[in-house]
Amino acid sequence: MALCAFAAILTIVIIVEVAYQVITGASPAISRYGLAFVWNTAWKPNLYIFGAGEMLFATLVTSAMALVLATPLGVAIGLFLSLLAPRPLRTVIGPLIEMLAAIPSIIIGLWGVIVLAPFVQEHLEPWLHSWFGFIPIFGPQQTTGLSVFTAGLVLTIMVVPIVASLSRDLFLAVPKELQDGAAALGATRWEVIRGVVLPTTASGVIAAALLALGRALGEAVAVALVIGGGSVIHASVFEPGTSVAARIINEITSLDNKLHLAALFYLALILLVIGVLTNLAAQAIARRVGGDQAMLVR
Amino acid sequence: MSGLSEPSAVGAEEPPASGLPDPTAPLTATGSLRRRAAVSRALEVTATGSALLAVAVFCIVIYTVVSRGAGAISFSFLTTDPTGIGTGGIAPAIVGSAVIVAIATAIAMPLGVLIALYLIEFAGRRSGRVVRMALDLTNGLPTVVVAIMVYGLIVVGSGDSAIAASIALAIVMLPLIARSSHQVLLLVPGTLREASDALGVSRWRGVLGVVLPSALGGIVTATILAAARAAGETVPILLLSSLVTSNDVQINPLHAVSAMPLTIYTDFNDGVPAAVTQAWGTALVLMAIILAANIGARMFLARNRSRLGL
Repeated sequence: MALCAFAAILTIVIIVEVAYQVITGASPAISRYGLAFVWNTAWKPNLYIFGAGEMLFATLVTSAMALVLATPLGVAIGLFLSLLAPRPLRTVIGPLIEMLAAIPSIIIGLWGVIVLAPFVQEHLEPWLHSWFGFIPIFGPQQTTGLSVFTAGLVLTIMVVPIVASLSRDLFLAVPKELQDGAAALGATRWEVIRGVVLPTTASGVIAAALLALGRALGEAVAVALVIGGGSVIHASVFEPGTSVAARIINEITSLDNKLHLAALFYLALILLVIGVLTNLAAQAIARRVGGDQAMLVR
Repeated sequence: MSGLSEPSAVGAEEPPASGLPDPTAPLTATGSLRRRAAVSRALEVTATGSALLAVAVFCIVIYTVVSRGAGAISFSFLTTDPTGIGTGGIAPAIVGSAVIVAIATAIAMPLGVLIALYLIEFAGRRSGRVVRMALDLTNGLPTVVVAIMVYGLIVVGSGDSAIAASIALAIVMLPLIARSSHQVLLLVPGTLREASDALGVSRWRGVLGVVLPSALGGIVTATILAAARAAGETVPILLLSSLVTSNDVQINPLHAVSAMPLTIYTDFNDGVPAAVTQAWGTALVLMAIILAANIGARMFLARNRSRLGL
C-alpha cells in the first residue's frame, strides 16, 4: 500500500520536478529578457541576443501542417481499418500502420533527408509552385529539399499512425445497431459514417488530433535533420527554418555562455507550456466523451 | 475499483449529439441515388488509398534502411570497436543502448506496475483521477523537455552519464507501462480477487499471488513495447550521454556510454561517406531490434489473450 502510494505520488513529483528544473534553468533568461523573448526574432548567442520568435514560428507552421494533413488521413485510415476493410486485410494493414509509429524518429529523419527531401525538391516544390504559386506560402523551388515543408511532411508521417489507431478504436466502439439502423433506412456507407459514426466520435477524434499535435510540437531530432537550419522567417514553406526543439538539441552541446544555456531552458519552458496546454485540452475533451480510461496512452 | 466504467463504451451509448442542431440531418436523403452511391464510393476509395499510402510509406522507409544499411552489416560490424570516424564496428553502441535501456526498464517497470496497482486497488475517486492526469501529462511531455529537466538535475552538476539518459528514458516509459498495466489489471476477473479474499488472504498476498500473475502477460508486453520505444529515443542520449571519451565497450553507467541512436546521429551529421554508411548500418540494426520487439510483443499478447479467452 505504502509502496503503491509512493509510486503514485512520484508521478506528480515528476511533473512538478520537470516544471521546477525547467523554470530554474530558464530563470536567468526570464529575468533578463522577460516575456518578449517569446516573440523576439534574433538569436545571436555570442552577442547575448536571444529570441524564440522564428523558432516558434517554424514549430507552429510544421505542427499545423502535420495536424492539417494527418487528421483527415488518420481518420480515413481509421475508417478503413474499422468499418470498410475486409477482416483479413485489417489484420495485416492495422499492425503495419502501428509499426510505422514504432520506427524511431531518427530513422524517419534520416529517410527524410535522403529520400523525401530530394523528392520534395524535384517534384512537389515545382508542382505546388506552378499551381498554387499565387499564394506566397508556395514560393519558388529551392536548391535543397530541406525545408519547413519537408519537416511538416515528416511530422505528418510520424503522427498519422497515432490519429489512425486512436480513431480506429473510437469507430470500433460505435454501437453496431446504430449503424445497422441507419443502413436499414437506406443510408449509403458514407451517410452512415457521416450521420452516425462521426458525430458520436467527434470529440474523441479531436482529442486524438490534439495528442498528435502535442507529439508534433515536441519532436526534435527528425525535424532537426530535415528542417534545414535557417533562422529567418519566410513566407514560403520551401525555405529552411529551425524549430524550438531542434534549436535545443543542436546547441546544447556547444554552449557559448551561461545565458545561452538559460535561453535554451527558456525554449524548453515554451515547449513545456504548449505541450501541457495541448495535453490538458485533449484530456478535457476525452473526459467529456467518457473515454478517459482507455484513450490517451497507447 | 473507484467507479471505473467500461472503457470508451460510455460516450458511444449516449444519444449522438447533445450540441448538434439536428442529428438526423445528414441522414436525410438528398439528390439521386446514383450521386449518393458515387459519394459513398469516393469515400471508400479515399479511405483505402490513405491506408495504402501509409503502408507504402512504411515499406519505402524499411526498403531504404535495408538497402542502404545491409552493405555495412557484417559479423565484425556488430562485434568490434570503432577504429575511427565511420570505420570499425558498433559494438560499444549496441552494448551502451542495452545498458541504458536496461536500467531505464529496471526503474520504470516496477514503478509503472505499482502505479497501476495503486489505481486499481487503493486509489479513491479523486486521487485516482489526479494520478491518471499526471500520467497523461507525463506521456504528453516532449522528450526534449524531459531530457533538459534531467540535464538541469544531473548533467549540469556531475556531467554526462548513462544513468542520466536512463532516468530520462524511464520517465518516457513510465506512463506507457503504467497505463497499459492498468488496463490489463482492469481485465482481471473480479471473481479471482473475491476468491482470494474469501480464503482470508491478506490484500497484499492476494495482489502478489493472484492479481499480478494473471496480468503478467500484458504487463510484460507493455514493458517490451515501452523499452522498444525508449531504445529509439535519440534526444535524451544526445543531451545526457553524448560526451563519450573512449572507443571501447563501456558498461559503467556513471560515465557517458555510446548508444545506437547517438551513433546514427553523429555519423550522419559527420557527412563522410564511410560514416554515413555506418549510420545506415546502425539504423538497420536498431530498426530490426525495435520491429522484432514489436512483433514479438504482439504475438505474445495474442497468444496470451487466446489463452485467457479474452
